[in-house]
Amino acid sequence: MINKTVKSVKESLVGVSDNMTFMLGGFGLCGIPENIIAQLVKLEVKNITCISNNAGVDDFGLGLLLKHKQIKKMISSYVGENDEFERQMLSGELDVELLPQGTLAERCRAAKAGFPAIYTPAGYGTEVALGKETRAFDGKMYVLEHAFKADFAFIKAWKGDEAGNLIFKGTARNFNPNMCGAAKITVVEVEELLPAGALNPNEIHVPGIFVQRIFKGVSYEKRIEQLTITKKQ
Amino acid sequence: MLDKIGIAKRIAKEVKDGYYVNLGIGIPTLVANYVPPNLSVEFQSENGVLGMGPFPFEGEEDADIINAGKQTITTLPGASFFDSAMSFSMIRGKHVDLTILGAMEVAENGDIANWKIPGKMVKGMGGAMDLVASAENIIVAMMHTNKRGQSKLLKQCALPLTGVGCVKKIVTNLAVLEVVDKGFKLLERAPGVSVKQIIDATEGELIIGSNTPEMII
Repeated sequence: MINKTVKSVKESLVGVSDNMTFMLGGFGLCGIPENIIAQLVKLEVKNITCISNNAGVDDFGLGLLLKHKQIKKMISSYVGENDEFERQMLSGELDVELLPQGTLAERCRAAKAGFPAIYTPAGYGTEVALGKETRAFDGKMYVLEHAFKADFAFIKAWKGDEAGNLIFKGTARNFNPNMCGAAKITVVEVEELLPAGALNPNEIHVPGIFVQRIFKGVSYEKRIEQLTITKKQ
Repeated sequence: MLDKIGIAKRIAKEVKDGYYVNLGIGIPTLVANYVPPNLSVEFQSENGVLGMGPFPFEGEEDADIINAGKQTITTLPGASFFDSAMSFSMIRGKHVDLTILGAMEVAENGDIANWKIPGKMVKGMGGAMDLVASAENIIVAMMHTNKRGQSKLLKQCALPLTGVGCVKKIVTNLAVLEVVDKGFKLLERAPGVSVKQIIDATEGELIIGSNTPEMII
């Protein structure tokens, strides 16, 4: 067993510096690496590029890094829930690249899987394809999209073991598995960190080979963005 | 003329037994409420769940189980969770049978615009471009005209496109239309709506048969 554990969030972020590109898992506020984001605020790293489906809300998730003006560029598919994001985008302080959600996922997966680029039909004929190579396969048009290059991938999983094997819960899985192994260093925070052997090898979602550092998150707020309920009759 | 619920009820009739269905935000979300319970249908949400159920009871919500609208949901027996790349494999790979989404504009060649208004804050396309680029069966749910009374069924989209030549069917508050080679073929009128009203509200080429039946809802 190769042990991937680090003692703390502080230790997990050794090597993080200004001007880097980070991937961050999560869909909305679901499955985001809360403890790592809080530590990135403390570290005051600046001028960073973030690859993440969304940009958080004003006072949580990536919104915290935006508030402290740490982000230079966001690469996302949907960014609608954040007033500070809108202000910085309209004032030109923040550079934004919007991509189709499936393209975002596949550019992560390509980086992880050793593909330099992929062809996707998404965005063909739209402004997303401007300046990109296109090609016909069997009479249908596709857009060439390159694998991302990132310095760190920051991941939230439900359970993990010392070997870095991961299991996710519900829709908190989202972009997390495909970002594991897609950056130079993958750092994972988990709710439960278990000894090697405690997880059933048949039930592992991401094998530890894609993970360099794993630690137990101290606390999880798990904020709900849209609470919707069914009234009991 | 239909309201939003009426549009959802009419679209629910397009859902067939054994379908996997992806519902967009807005009117499409309402469709799930009107699919007959005797049909076996599974709803996919692109953030990574198949077999979505209703909203949870108060106190039973789970922050880790949401839909693409970031709303708390439940799952039904037979449901599964998966990652975003697998989710879009289902979509791009044409494994999802029916996609229902909203639009700001549709053109007579099947182009759709639903993600960006120049000069306004751009929120992003989310999964819409992936959905429209691949799905073989796309139904657009929308009002026939915008708030200023202008037609949303156009010769050519004016807004930035989401996808080209992809829309097959449109259900509006006035009509059911099919996109064919030469334009919008009028299939059905909404209850109490005349063909003339539909002609007046449609900017793109409208193909009208000898008889246009009223919708059955």
